[in-house]
Amino acid sequence: MNLNFDFMQKYLPWYLEAAVLTVKIAFFGILLSLLVGVVCSVVQYYRIPVIRRIISVYIEISRNTPLLVQLFFLYFGLPKIGIVWSAEVCAIVGLAFLGGSYMSESIRSGLESVEKSQIESAASLGMSKLLTMKEVIFPQALAVSVPGVCANVIFLITETSVVSGIALADLMYVTKDLIGLYYVTDEALIMLVVFYLIILLPISIIASFIERRLRYAGFGN
Amino acid sequence: MENIQLQVSGLIKRFGTETVLNGIDLSVRKGEVVVVLGPSGCGKSTLLRCMNGLEPKSAGTILLDGEEVTSDSKKIAQLRQKIGMVFQSYDLFPHKNIMDNITLAPVKVQKRSKKEVEQDAERLLKRVGLWEKRKAYPRELSGGQKQRVAIIRALCMNPEVMLFDEVTAALDPEMVREVLDVILELAESGMTMVIVTHEMQFARAIADRIIFLDNGKIVENSPPELFFTNPQTQRAKDFLQTFAYEKRRTAIN
Ligand SMILES: Nc1ncnc2c1ncn2[C@@H]1O[C@H](COP(=O)(O)OP(=O)(O)O)[C@@H](O)[C@H]1O
Ligand SMILES: [Mg+2]
Repeated sequence: MNLNFDFMQKYLPWYLEAAVLTVKIAFFGILLSLLVGVVCSVVQYYRIPVIRRIISVYIEISRNTPLLVQLFFLYFGLPKIGIVWSAEVCAIVGLAFLGGSYMSESIRSGLESVEKSQIESAASLGMSKLLTMKEVIFPQALAVSVPGVCANVIFLITETSVVSGIALADLMYVTKDLIGLYYVTDEALIMLVVFYLIILLPISIIASFIERRLRYAGFGN
Repeated sequence: MENIQLQVSGLIKRFGTETVLNGIDLSVRKGEVVVVLGPSGCGKSTLLRCMNGLEPKSAGTILLDGEEVTSDSKKIAQLRQKIGMVFQSYDLFPHKNIMDNITLAPVKVQKRSKKEVEQDAERLLKRVGLWEKRKAYPRELSGGQKQRVAIIRALCMNPEVMLFDEVTAALDPEMVREVLDVILELAESGMTMVIVTHEMQFARAIADRIIFLDNGKIVENSPPELFFTNPQTQRAKDFLQTFAYEKRRTAIN
């Protein structure tokens, strides 16, 4: 393989800019999906009537449709009923729509892993529901939820590649663009892979570090 | 009537179609120690759980200091501060160290100063010989140590009544004593208590009164001497017989 390094150097700024966009969409999308995930999981955990049903429907839709379809709906569908938003906001909301359900399931499995006797002993100490959630359930749930949440973070970062489908100049988009314009397939693809690795590897390493720490802390009575 | 601390009248508890408690009437005087005995599954735990509102009752009333124990209202959290409970399973909070386990509720629920609560905790931990463990996590403690901490955690709320549900049932035999000693000491200090236990000698030593439950009803309600030497019902006789057998078997082993 004979790589054209001049080409790679020349288009490096394109990739940098695209990487910033990818990271930005991923960051806000993931933050928002965590928020959605916490709210949904708590509603489901306490079996709050009605809202809980709505959330189950949301989770089914979110998990069983491809992100690209969700984005198309947000970007091309909603404007038809008067809701217009920028491609970037669309991408963030789309990612949160997808990620919210995954986060919710991970967090919920953590919440449900906390034993009933823990909640009862908090109750018998006169602790309110809110205080029990904050001091007893949530910290213990975290240890169980974190591996799933970390896996979701990585999954969602890789999913950002789909936003090129709504014309956002992310890494994937730039790559396709360059290949289309100049037929420099090898160079463009290598840069794509390298950039994704630069973004993902550190996160992956941090995630496994956190998981290890949590395992050591392994509460278990 | 002034000194009735806990009054249960006409308590009925059903799970689905099964009636577990079928009309319980019981009053516990201030400073009195009542031990509840009965075969496994007769509803002893359910009775205790109704007393502090963990289990909603199907009918009847429970009064603590003249105040109704209901399982739904916000008032129950307030009421539960007056009634400490220790369970069979060691349910200390595994992510908090011993001191934080003890101080959490007094500080966050009763809004007492952390310093003051820590002084209480220190006094009690020292009394049961666990002061050195204040920074340890529950997983580093033996079962008997955990139960002693659980008792202190409940005591630091300054409850008026303590409920104990088979707190030694899951312990290795050599640890039973250290936990029972703490409860005995508590009895001597005048704490009002309702105790469920399978330790017959302990029951006999600590009880002011024995309640024997069967088929959802109190079938005996007598002083310990009478209950252990001359039970009035066949059910109680059979029940005590099984323990006599177990005692012989452990003696043989
Ligand atoms: N949450 C529950 N749901 C259904 N049945 C229950 C529940 N808790 C207890 N029971 C039933 O109530 C009866 C009494 O239980 P329990 O109070 O734990 O007995 P004990 O403590 O005397 O062994 C048992 O038959 C048990 O199966
Ligand atoms: Mg029981």
